[in-house]
Formats: sequence, structure tokens, C-alpha cells
Amino acid sequence: MIPSADEIEVRWHDALVAIELLGVDSAALGGVLVRCWPGPVRDRLVEWARAVLPEGAPMPRLPVHVTEDRLLGGLSLANTLKTGKIVVERGVLPQADGGVVLLPMSERVDPLVAAHLCAALDRHQVVLEREGLTQTLPCRLGLLALDEGLEGERTPLALAERLPLHLDLSLLPPRRLPDTAPRLERVQLARGVCGRVTIDDTFVQALCEAALQLGVEGLRASVQAVTVARLHAALEGRLLVTADDAAAAARLVLGPRATRMPEATPPEQQAPPSPTDEGHEPPPPSNSGDDERQADKADASDVQEILLAAAQASVPKDVLELAGRARAARIGPRSAGRAGAARASTRGGRPAGARSGVPQPGERLNLVETLRAAAPWQRLRRSIRRGDERRIEVRQDDLRVSRFVQKMESSVIFCVDASGSAALQRLAEAKGAVEQVLADCYVRRDHVALVAFRGQSAKLLLPPTRSLARVKKCLAELAGGGGTPLAAGIESALTLALDARAKGRTPLIVMMTDARANVARPSGKSPDDDALACARLVRAQQVKALFLDTSPRPRAKAKTLADEMGATYLPLPRLDARRVSSQVQQLTREVA
Amino acid sequence: MPLFPFSAIVGQDELKLALQIAVVDPGVGGVLVFGDRGTGKSTAVRALAGLLPKMRVVTGCPYQCDPASDPARCPWCSEAANRSVSEVAVPVVDLPLGVTEDRVVGALDLEAALTRGERSFSPGLLARANRGFLYIDEVNLLADHVVDLLLDVAASGENVVEREGISVRHPARFVLIGSGNPEEGELRPQLLDRFGLSLEVKTPTELPVRVEVVKRRSAFERDPQAFLAQYQAQEATLTTRLDDARRRLREVVVSDAVVERASMLCLSLGTDGLRGELTLVKAARAAAAFEGATEVSDKHLKLVAPLALRHRLRRNVLDEVGSSVRVEKALGEVFGA
Repeated sequence: MIPSADEIEVRWHDALVAIELLGVDSAALGGVLVRCWPGPVRDRLVEWARAVLPEGAPMPRLPVHVTEDRLLGGLSLANTLKTGKIVVERGVLPQADGGVVLLPMSERVDPLVAAHLCAALDRHQVVLEREGLTQTLPCRLGLLALDEGLEGERTPLALAERLPLHLDLSLLPPRRLPDTAPRLERVQLARGVCGRVTIDDTFVQALCEAALQLGVEGLRASVQAVTVARLHAALEGRLLVTADDAAAAARLVLGPRATRMPEATPPEQQAPPSPTDEGHEPPPPSNSGDDERQADKADASDVQEILLAAAQASVPKDVLELAGRARAARIGPRSAGRAGAARASTRGGRPAGARSGVPQPGERLNLVETLRAAAPWQRLRRSIRRGDERRIEVRQDDLRVSRFVQKMESSVIFCVDASGSAALQRLAEAKGAVEQVLADCYVRRDHVALVAFRGQSAKLLLPPTRSLARVKKCLAELAGGGGTPLAAGIESALTLALDARAKGRTPLIVMMTDARANVARPSGKSPDDDALACARLVRAQQVKALFLDTSPRPRAKAKTLADEMGATYLPLPRLDARRVSSQVQQLTREVA
Repeated sequence: MPLFPFSAIVGQDELKLALQIAVVDPGVGGVLVFGDRGTGKSTAVRALAGLLPKMRVVTGCPYQCDPASDPARCPWCSEAANRSVSEVAVPVVDLPLGVTEDRVVGALDLEAALTRGERSFSPGLLARANRGFLYIDEVNLLADHVVDLLLDVAASGENVVEREGISVRHPARFVLIGSGNPEEGELRPQLLDRFGLSLEVKTPTELPVRVEVVKRRSAFERDPQAFLAQYQAQEATLTTRLDDARRRLREVVVSDAVVERASMLCLSLGTDGLRGELTLVKAARAAAAFEGATEVSDKHLKLVAPLALRHRLRRNVLDEVGSSVRVEKALGEVFGA
């Protein structure tokens, strides 16, 4: 969908305002999250950001997989050894103090890096506790996160939440760049006055209410809206927030976070709460006269309407998608998991300290620990062997090898038949069994994924997760009925299994079906043959499987299918949750 | 950035109660806070630092030893020629994410080794947290082996370091406070009951409360100093109250009847082991002391029972009925009859 000319103009305008706000006080704002792909549009935005920052303010670019010591800083071993004194190398974050950090591909950011960014945004300082160092470094900065995620990939929620302004520039045509530029004078003027801008309670209340009506749950967004309103007022050269500023805040902060459309008519009953509310409040830092307050209250509902109208303009157009968005944000596939897995494979498991010894092939020398071990002896060794003063003498005894613990995690993939033939009653039993297994997996910290097939296709209901809360939600929402696309079910379970294997986990597929396939994939085969073909693939890939035959009268067909799959066959006319669980446990133990 | 004042936190009564109990009786055994993002979990915990009464320490001791303690238990004090006394703020140590193990337990002093060729011990965060609080944000994201280590030290009150030819043993008594968001992954169930108190915080849904939270937060961000000044008196009052409660804690009477009730409660809930009962009684006593009461009553038990017990129930992780509801029900049964 190509946006209309008007819309393009509006988006560019919002982007310009967002960048100007970032220029006023990047740390007070927090940052901007932009959805767009690399290209002229993004380049223009980054250009603006560079232009709008104060003279000499740093704007480093952060690689997504930056290591912790580069991010926060750490011991500069070379300089430390050269000078014989502790020399600290400042990381990217402390270096960016007073400026903006540019984070491309923010959807792929490592969860640990994201956590550090969050901490820096929250506390305006970096606390270094590494490698024998203890330091607190100032770190007032804003973040310009560039999200290039395709479907399903999103910037980690904790990070996105801390960036007040969310822009979507992904649909803007790269050939029609605007000829506007940030207005530097007004940004500079605003920088001087933004600390003194005040906001009337009417607007605070209106922003909070608008947030509730738009289904913006967290309180952080409301706090951010107030901050943005104040910065916006400063930008406009005002010392008091007006309805325009509040509307801009509603549009820039609340709209993009909306999870529902407000009710058609803004409720009239907001008059009652405000007087009672007034009673509870501690006296405001009163700088506005009483009569002025009266006047404000009179048009409180007007303000409310203005804000909601403003916010609605920036609510993502796809209203149907809205309801799903809140949920998707929570249960959608997370880039975080992927990053974590990649890290695990390069390091070979979680580090578990170091041991002394000469590195064997495949082992890694732990340089820091080795130098640590060698350090205390330097004076002594030098005095014995009158060597070069600057050279460190490392002996074989000093060598340290990194130890990693590779825990084989298992990933249990449930492939549940939710078709009409499986019947409602069976589905409920299957859910019960899944829950039981889950409870056990949870205790053992296994990952669990859920695929359901019915109607025409199979659907991934839940990507591998350890969060019980999500699984419960997902199961509760699983409905039954329709055809039995068994082949599609097996296929998507297998895809998941191979995916899990690629991440270094051991997959186990648990099929729960009566094996009465009646929908084939578009392959031209009969449903049964198609299912058998898929089953053979499972065996070919040597993925462990458990086949639970849920039909009231177990049939040879299901047994054949299980055999072709190489699966353990278990006829369970009555899905006994306990028995299923113990079977799964036994199998995961075998595979691990 | 200065810390947001504790008394300016709107609502979140249970969280405040739990933290206050932990201040009054550090022996309660840690607090675990789970909840949505942006509910002020971290704010409340960090705000504690501004609230705690000062404590007396041995001057210069890296482990902040109590002057009244046995010098032999501390590697520094046992070697010190004379132990002079000074007053310092109770430490609230933040465990940063990505902290390395050597910074937690302490390690070879790299500087001393490099510059003087000496082998000496550089105390870690556990030393700095001695007699204070150790806060882990996102406890569910911390590497399992670090969590294990922390819980072990928290339980034993002593940190034993054996590495790089260094052998040190030093006191490390602290209150462990963990917080996290269940959506990011859950805490290993084995760890749950190692915390004394646990609670879940939620985002307030009522408009007036939300407005007030936003107002205060914005006022604070805009001018922290002015905001702090506004709450200074309240903070001071609360500090005095906590200090008094701490002093009177030992004098608060716990009658046999109360202990019996606590046992009944645990029995009817089927909690495992004695830890639940002990924590329940201790927490109730701290709550009574904080309130200024001279004796623990049923009221105090009721007040703290959800905090002390909800994470100790025989786990049925898929139970739709929350643990809090089960505790409430048991309370009704034991006290209602």
C-alpha cells in the first residue's frame, strides 16, 4: 500500500519534529524508534539527526552484536601492561555522553545489549563492574533505533518502551524526499528554556486519560507524553504547555502505541472524577491562579477530544490488526531468542570460569585470566631473568583455558490436531495433557512450542518459549473444528524442530492426532499419502517423535504413520495427562 | 541522577510493606518482586537507599563490619591495629546486568599485582553489600550460576573465595532483592522459595492514580532537587519510624497462640518445610514493630501472610486460581472460624 501524498507529507513532518525534539535534549527525551529500511529515506533522517545535535556532540553507531566490554568499557590490557597502571578504556556508551547513539537493526539487538541500553536510558549513567574495575560513568544520551525488521521481528519490547517516539517510515517513497530541514535556531533556543517549561494538570490528566482510552497500558508512555509535550512547547518557544503541544504528544507518543480505537464518543462522565480527584491531590506546585484553573477545567473535555483526535491520526491504519497487536507484541516471535542462540553457538555454552592448562584443539585460551595469573609474578621473574622491562613473562603454569558448560536443552514441539474429527472433548483432553507436560518441562526449563492444525493449514501458535504465561494464554485461545490437514501439521512441526536443532537444542515432536487425514497440501497426493511422505521426512532428519493416537479405537493406519515417522507410538484412547507427561520426560531424557 | 523518594511512590502498598519489613528485620530473607514493565519496581527498591538509617561501622573496613562484632570473623578487622568507629549509609548495591563473577565475589587485585607485584584480594560486590541490600534487576535474566552463588552466600552470610591462589573468607550478610518481568522468562521454581517474601506488582488502572504517578514522575524528572525537597520531611519521618521499629523488634512479643495460628495456616496451605512458618512469624513481628505495636496479633499475620506464603504453595503452575487467592481462602478458613 503506497501512502497518499498527504500522508507522506504528514509522516515526514512527524519525523522532522521527532528529530528536532531529539535535538533539544536527547537524554530528557530518551530516543526515537524508526521503522525503515536502509536507503535514502533513512539516510535523510540520520543526516537530520546529525545536523540537529549540539556542536561536537557524539553520535556513534552501535553494531548490534557489540560486545559488552566495548559497550560499557573495560580494562585496556595493552595500555595497562605497558604503563603498569590500571588503564580504563571507555566503551561506546560513556563515550556517547551528551549525544545520541545510533542503533541500526535494532530488531536484532542482543538482549543483554538491550538491557544495558535500557539501564543507561533510565539512569543516565553506566555502572562498570568488570574485570577488577568499579566505575560509574555519566551517560546522558538519546537513542536513535532503526528497526529494519520484517514481519514478526521487532525491537525488544523493553527497549522500544523506553523510546517515546515511534515513527514508521517504511512505506515512504525513496524518490520523493522532502526539501525541509530541521530548524536549527528554534532547536537551539528550545535547548535553553526546556527545563523551565511547565505543564498544567489539565493536560497531564487529559494525556493519561487518552492513554487509557487508546489501550496504552503501561504508565511509562504517559510520563513520556508529558515530557514530549514540554519539549514540544520549548520548541515552539513557549514556557507553558498548550493544547497544541499536548496534541502533538498524543500523536507522537500515544497514537503509535494504541491497541484499540477509543469509543466513538469521548465519554462525558469525566466531569465527576476530576472534582473528587482534586480533593485527594496534594497541593500542586501552584503557579497558575485559581480562576485560571477554573477556566481550564471548563474546557477539559474539549482538550480530551482534541488529544484523542490527534492521537487517532497516528494510530496505525490497519485497525483490524490492532487487537492482535497487543498480543503479538507479547507472544510474537522474538528476535531476542535468536540472538541468544547465536551467541551460545559461538561461545559454545555458558562460560563457567577458567581452568589452568594448555589449550587443546577446540579450546580457547582465556587471555585475561592468563594475564591475571601471570601478573603477580612479573617482578620476581624479571629480577631473575633481567628481561625486557615492558615484556610480560608468561609461563606455562599461567595458562588458563575458558571453560564452558554446554547444557543440552530440549525443545518440545507439540503438534495438536484441532480438527473436527478430533472433536471438542478430545481437544480439551489434549490441552490437559499439553498443560501437564508443560508443567514438567517448565520445572526442567525446556522450551516448548505449539503447532495446531485444522481447516486448511497448520498454524504456529507459539514459537519455542519458556514463559508459562504465554503458553497458557495460547492454549486457552485454541479453538477446534474443520478438516484434518495432517501433512501440513507434520511439516510445520518438522520445520520448527530443525530450527530448534540449528540453535543447538534437541527437538522432540509430540504428535497428538487421530491420524484421519482428509486435507492434503497442494501436492496432488491423497491426504494420507501426503501425511506419510511428511512423516518419512521426520525420520530422515532423525528427529525424535512421540505419536499419541487419540482416536477412540486405535487403528493400523496411525501405527503405520508413527512407524514411518520413526516415532514412539502410544495409543491413548483416553488421553491420560500423567502418562503422556512421563512418556515425554522419558524421551527427552533419551535424546538429551 | 538523584533517587526518586520512597514516600513519593503512589500506591504499590504491598511492595512498600515488603521492603519496609526487610529493613526492619533483614533476617526475613529477601524480597522477590515480579511485575509488568514500568510499574516502579526498580524505583522503589533504589529509593530504599535514601531511606535507610545510618549504621555504625569500623572505619576503613571494606566489609563495613559492625564495631560490636567479633574481629576474628573479618579478614580486615582481625589485622587492624585499632578499630575506630564511623557512621555510614546502609549500602544498597545494584548488581549490574552482565557483571562478571570476579566482581561479585572479589578477585585478585589487579592493580596491586601489576604495579607492586603483590598478591592481594580486591573485595567484590558481596563485600560492599555486607549489612545492606543487594538488588538484582531482571533477576530472571541473570546467569543461573551467578544466582546460585548469590543465594548460597545470602543464606550462609559468608563469602568464601578460593581462586588465583587467594583464600579469603569474609562476612557477607545482605538482604537480597530481586525483580523481574515474567514475560521475559520465569525464574527457576527451585529459587522461588529461597526468597523470604514475594509479590507481584501491577500497573494501576484507575485514572486518578495514574495521573498522580505521571505528575510526580514528571515533576521529578523536570527538577529533581525541588522534588526531593518537597518530600524531605516525609522521608525523614519514615526513616525515624524504621529506625525505631528496628530497635524495638526484639521486644515485640510473639505469643504461642500466634505461632500456632501461623502453623495452622501453613498446614492448611500445605507449604513445604518450616521455612514458610518461620518467615511468616518473622515478617508479622517486623510488621508489628513497624506499626508500633508491642505484640504480634492476627491482624499482622493476615497482613503479611500473602507476602510470606504465596510462593511456597505446592506448585501447580497451571492453576488458574492465583496463589494469592489460595492464601486468602486459607486465611478465611483459619481466622474466620
